[in-house]
Amino acid sequence: MIKLFSGKSGGHDNFSVNNKFPHPANMRLSTHSLSVYIGGNPILKHVNVEIPHNKITCIIGPSGCGKTTLLRTFNRLVDTIEGVKITGVVQLGDRNIVTAGPSELTEIRRTIGLVPQRPCPLPMSIYDNIAYGCRIHGISGRKKLDAIVEYYLRAVGLWDEVKDRLHSPAGKLSGGQQQRLCLARSLAIEPSYLLADESTSALDPLSSRTVEELFVELKKDYSIVMVTHTLRQAKRIADHVIFMYLGEAIEEGDADQVFNNPRHELTQRYLDGGFS
Amino acid sequence: MKRSIIEEYLARLFMYAAVAMVIYFVASVVLSVFMRGFPLLSWEMVSSLPGGGFYMGGGGGFLNAIVGSLYIVGGATVLGLAISIPVVFFLNVYLKPGSRFAFIARLAYDVLFGIPSIVYGAFGFTLMIYFGVRASLLGGTIVVTLLIIPIFIRSMDEVAKTIPTELMEAAYSLGSTRWETIAVIVRQIAPAIATATLLSIGRAIGDAAGVMFTAGFSDRIPTSLTQQTATLPLSVYFQLQSPSLEVQDRAYAAAVVLTLIVLVLSISGRIIMNHFSRNKIQ
Amino acid sequence: MFILTISSLLLVVAMGIGLYMKASPILHEHSLWDLLSASEWKPMKNQFGFFPFLMGTLWVSGLALIISIPISMLMAIYLTEYSHSVVRRFVYPFLDILAGLPSVIYGVWGMLLIVPWVSNVAAPWVGRNTTGYTVLACGIVLGVMVIPLLVSLFIEIFSNVSHELREATFALGATRWQATKHVVLRKTLPGILAAIVLAASRVMGETIAVIMVCGNLAIAPNSLLDACYPIPALIANNYGEMLSMPLYESALMFAAFILFFVVLVFNLFSRLVLKKIEAQ
Repeated sequence: MIKLFSGKSGGHDNFSVNNKFPHPANMRLSTHSLSVYIGGNPILKHVNVEIPHNKITCIIGPSGCGKTTLLRTFNRLVDTIEGVKITGVVQLGDRNIVTAGPSELTEIRRTIGLVPQRPCPLPMSIYDNIAYGCRIHGISGRKKLDAIVEYYLRAVGLWDEVKDRLHSPAGKLSGGQQQRLCLARSLAIEPSYLLADESTSALDPLSSRTVEELFVELKKDYSIVMVTHTLRQAKRIADHVIFMYLGEAIEEGDADQVFNNPRHELTQRYLDGGFS
Repeated sequence: MKRSIIEEYLARLFMYAAVAMVIYFVASVVLSVFMRGFPLLSWEMVSSLPGGGFYMGGGGGFLNAIVGSLYIVGGATVLGLAISIPVVFFLNVYLKPGSRFAFIARLAYDVLFGIPSIVYGAFGFTLMIYFGVRASLLGGTIVVTLLIIPIFIRSMDEVAKTIPTELMEAAYSLGSTRWETIAVIVRQIAPAIATATLLSIGRAIGDAAGVMFTAGFSDRIPTSLTQQTATLPLSVYFQLQSPSLEVQDRAYAAAVVLTLIVLVLSISGRIIMNHFSRNKIQ
Repeated sequence: MFILTISSLLLVVAMGIGLYMKASPILHEHSLWDLLSASEWKPMKNQFGFFPFLMGTLWVSGLALIISIPISMLMAIYLTEYSHSVVRRFVYPFLDILAGLPSVIYGVWGMLLIVPWVSNVAAPWVGRNTTGYTVLACGIVLGVMVIPLLVSLFIEIFSNVSHELREATFALGATRWQATKHVVLRKTLPGILAAIVLAASRVMGETIAVIMVCGNLAIAPNSLLDACYPIPALIANNYGEMLSMPLYESALMFAAFILFFVVLVFNLFSRLVLKKIEAQ
């Protein structure tokens, strides 16, 4: 794979492909007594968690425990569900994500990127898939965008595979390629946080491994929050673990500690395969 | 504020405007017809034949058109159901899913659904000339039947297609024959048959271009299949062309009756659909 | 069952052949091009120019689509992308009613409201004087008539776009409108085109509402405030007299055949596209 993040690229003196948006320093992401109701039913109950910087945080727990809802509250994608109600606070720097207005929201979603569950390229060319996010956040100019597209396609190891067909539809790529493209698309708007909702579950083992390795590489520059169903994957790559059960964050801590020496009985039962 | 946010609000504004316009159009159409015609409506209008020729005025009502429309719609609905129910079963039970023939058949019904009623009328008319039949209740009924068959088939097929194959397989595995399976399906699509019927009646009773050639027009209630007959839409259309204000009033009153019938059909159609879709296996 | 299915299918073919056979006498007498391009319509003098009627149909259908497409699209976007299900439950019955009203009722509405509006408000506004029975009135009436069809087609098409795709776009920081404009509309472009073609075919065949407001003047219109005479109106208005002259009958059946043919082609095209989208 091409060397990742080799600093500036493209030879533009006054423009840096990976430092094009303002980055407030040290934006902490945490929740305080966060509850989410859908149609009156509590999905999350008073969740208090904090996402550490430059680490991979895995949210684990049996299905239906609210993992995905928690993840989607961080960038307010839960809004797309009808009848949703959020109480409590999701703090990002000095902002409360829960009460953000539409203009703030677009900014928050730029800061907290998402890698979807299944690869879903936008109905555009490979090039435009990467450039789209930058365009809607006000970056224009052919040369700048060219440099950005190349930089991020290299970052996910896709450049050599697609450089001759940048303007063909993204839908023609293979599943694994599409997922890396989606990752590059999320990275191109320079989020500080990266949310991944079982982003390898729809891929074949080989592509899945490639994407997983990418995540490990990326934690140098990003704070990654992952939802995963496979405990093995979490054990392979997690630095920090949040265990959820029935809408509550039961245990949170360092991966070593949670996996080897869980404080809570429920966590132990889950790790032992007590429920799936 | 950012440009994208302004654009968002503008887009929303236009959407609200579009929805408001559509609601306004509905209200405008229904109310304009009602306000003009409702005061003129009387028991005499709906219960008596036009006196002194429909064009000339001279009292009376448009019972001829009401009865004519009922005859045609009743006949066409019965004939249409008799033809389309077997077709829907054939498409869904006897043909395998993904069959090429079923694909072509469905396409053909889609196309037939799109063909304007004036073309049905013209075609029906050429057929009638060919067979030596003159404009009559029979001719009108046949053309309206042809017109509503695609509606019947399409709307019933839509529901029949969603019947899970497991359900049919379950029926088979219990040792039932295809005919018994059909009974299972009938229970599943009964509400669809009901809504399709209402929909088709609505379309059939409102159709004017198809019956213009084929049913003709008459001031009397037909007593046999070979006599010409009036229909509600045509009685609205023809009477509006009359120079006599009295006859025009009769047209507006007939328009109110027609609108009322169609409103009742469309509202009960939606109620049936909502009611049944709750306890139907999806 | 099989026989019923086959014979109902063959209706399409029978219609085409039947109308064509009836139309063939006039095609023997005049060339196709002459019929379509000549503007004199004098059946008594054996002059059958369909140009005014073709132009009438084109003007009226074009205007109806220009009016109905933006309204229907905005409404469908609102109902699929924005609205709460409570709103949908409130709005759908209105679409039902609009779809269910017979065309003669639209004609009455046109005569009661639209024609007077054109003659008293729209025409004086541009300094013209008309009776109101114009392309404009006809286009408005047809435009409103076709809205429910377009809205329901658009809703079906938009609903086929996966939820994940919208979310992926939101996650990049796109607003709802940006996601709609850049992703949903782009993804559904073929379907949108198919829906418009289908609506066009519906508008072209509309008869009674058109007759009542179009003015029925066999001259090709030059502006929105001219009277017009679309093809269906031509057929319906003259069915009574046509039996007296064989060529006249043939001419009208030729008009019906044109209508049939265009509608058939439009429908085949758009239904195939829509089926392909549905299958994805």
